Amino acid sequence: MSLYRTELRRLVKRRFTRYMTLLGLLVLLAVVVGTFLTNEKLDADAIARAERQAEQSYQEQVRWTAQEKAACEAAKAAGTADDGRYPDDCSVISPPPREAIETSWFLPSTFDFRESFAETLIPFAGILALVGFVIGASFVGAEWSTGGMMNLLLWRPRRLTVLLTKLAALLTGLLTVTLAAAVAWFAGFWLVATFRGNTEKMTAGVWQSFTLTGLRAVALVLAVTAVGFALASLGRHTAMALGGVVAVMVVGQFGLGILLDMAGVRFPEAWLLPTYAVAWMQKKVTLEDWQSCNATVFGECKPDTFDVTWQQSSVLFVVGVAVILGAALWAMRRRDIS
Amino acid sequence: MPAVLEIEGLRKTYKSRRRGTRNALDGFDMRVEAGQVHGFLGPNGSGKTTTLRTLLGLIRPNAGRMRILGQEVPEALPVVAGQVGAIVESPQFFPHFTARDTLSLLASAGDVPATRVDEVLELVGLRDRAGERVKTYSLGMKQRLAVASALLKNPKLLILDEPANGLDPGGIREMRTLMRTLAESGMTVVLSSHILGEIQLICDSVTIISLGRRVAFGPVDEVLAQHSSGAVRVRLEAAADLPAATEVLTRAGVRVTGQADHLMLAGVDKPAAVTRLLAEQGLYVSELTPVTVDLESVFLELTATAPVPGQHRQVDQSTKVGGPEQSGAAGGRWGA
Repeated sequence: MSLYRTELRRLVKRRFTRYMTLLGLLVLLAVVVGTFLTNEKLDADAIARAERQAEQSYQEQVRWTAQEKAACEAAKAAGTADDGRYPDDCSVISPPPREAIETSWFLPSTFDFRESFAETLIPFAGILALVGFVIGASFVGAEWSTGGMMNLLLWRPRRLTVLLTKLAALLTGLLTVTLAAAVAWFAGFWLVATFRGNTEKMTAGVWQSFTLTGLRAVALVLAVTAVGFALASLGRHTAMALGGVVAVMVVGQFGLGILLDMAGVRFPEAWLLPTYAVAWMQKKVTLEDWQSCNATVFGECKPDTFDVTWQQSSVLFVVGVAVILGAALWAMRRRDIS
Repeated sequence: MPAVLEIEGLRKTYKSRRRGTRNALDGFDMRVEAGQVHGFLGPNGSGKTTTLRTLLGLIRPNAGRMRILGQEVPEALPVVAGQVGAIVESPQFFPHFTARDTLSLLASAGDVPATRVDEVLELVGLRDRAGERVKTYSLGMKQRLAVASALLKNPKLLILDEPANGLDPGGIREMRTLMRTLAESGMTVVLSSHILGEIQLICDSVTIISLGRRVAFGPVDEVLAQHSSGAVRVRLEAAADLPAATEVLTRAGVRVTGQADHLMLAGVDKPAAVTRLLAEQGLYVSELTPVTVDLESVFLELTATAPVPGQHRQVDQSTKVGGPEQSGAAGGRWGA
């Protein structure tokens, strides 16, 4: 227990941990503030103004189509209408129906908590996962590269216990920060919705759904943090984790994406990690193959689809974390420390 | 006296596809008795640090037995670690922590009372600089901090690898006094160092390692005596008598090397016999000095690492026990 407390102290004492956490929280704050500033509450005036703008837009369309229709007929009369600019029959040039120009297009942006909050949990998880990855990698990587790990093992010569205790302390720290940030995130967007949108139709089911999505975000942050920690421990340097993730993203994701696209693979996104991260957060991502056509009774072409579910994502992430963490533990147990 | 540290037949082999096999430790033996200051000497690359790392569980040996405080290690390391303080090679600490933070975290991890931190900082002379970040420290100050970290547990066995590295002359003397004080208080100290004058001054016993094997061990006096050549320097009242004296002594079976103003004799058991021999021939001695060997010359002789003019000795060129004198490719180098 003393080692666990010591590692928690070490984590909190490190400047890098403090600065990275602060930076991550500031970015989250900037997202909340940005959302606040770019949204506004809808009142009767705003709706009336939007209706006037929609009507104005409709009238502009009517005027424009009348002009075009006249120009078309003039071109026909002059015999210069065969350049493809106008249709064969000028009567088909007609304004759109009034209801096609929706009032909502002219409404200012407003934050509907029920509709929009779940989406905000994706950047929340992404930003904190990045912070966790870098802090996790640095926490153990710097210990290896500065000799701190060796010093510690002279005091506590149980290698696996030391590494797992460090990981436990790291995850505790990240869990604390993530939970606190999640509460602040919920509260922040509730305020945004209250003052720059609406909080209507919030049922117990919606709250439950948001809570579960939030918990999945927390799990994602902790998994990515553990991967950063394990990679840096495996390479015994922070740069191993950072270099590894750059290699995976550049070669394994961008490169693979281009290759799969060139090879004409049907659902190239199914091979890319971000798809699974989004599926984990949204519960499901539906990929579409626009090179295929499934005819409907209405004569439409529907593309083939492929669903990536949160269950598939969870299997992938659990196996990935287990393999990388297992390799780090194996290396810790077997490799000489020199 | 009971042994605090025992090593028997320790082997550590490094294998590389490209460079073959290298025996860093090749059946190494060592024994350190309680309450001693024990010097652990060897040329660069001879296996000193590998021995210490293996002993402390950082490196896995291929064969051999090790015991610390009567317990088999590495199996019992978790049990004895609290009684062993160690620094291995150059001091390494997280650069952005202060010395006090560094020691405080170690003390906390090892269940050592926090009050001990200030005691050891005082002991190594870092009390007034304890609040500064380690990255601002000189090498000597980091070395002091390393010693402080090793002393934090108030160990029964203290293992120090090059503790005087980077210390100023005053610091070296303080370190010497500290080692002696610790030994007098009952602590056993194993000291690896290349400053052989220091080792000779403060150590009770030594082990000398070369290419992974022990080449000499025992109390310092005994090791020196075993390798004393019985050399004697002789001066006569008249330098003109030196050739005659050379002839007399050579006839008596003494090996004589003539110098401009004196003679160097080798293999002399009783210096008084030289006086008598020369006086019988009317040759009178003005100086007769037994030449004592020091640890440095013994070390250079035993490890065959004395510099030779015009030659550039490579790190693995030293004595191998049970092998050729200049081992060269005798199993201690890559590819052997």
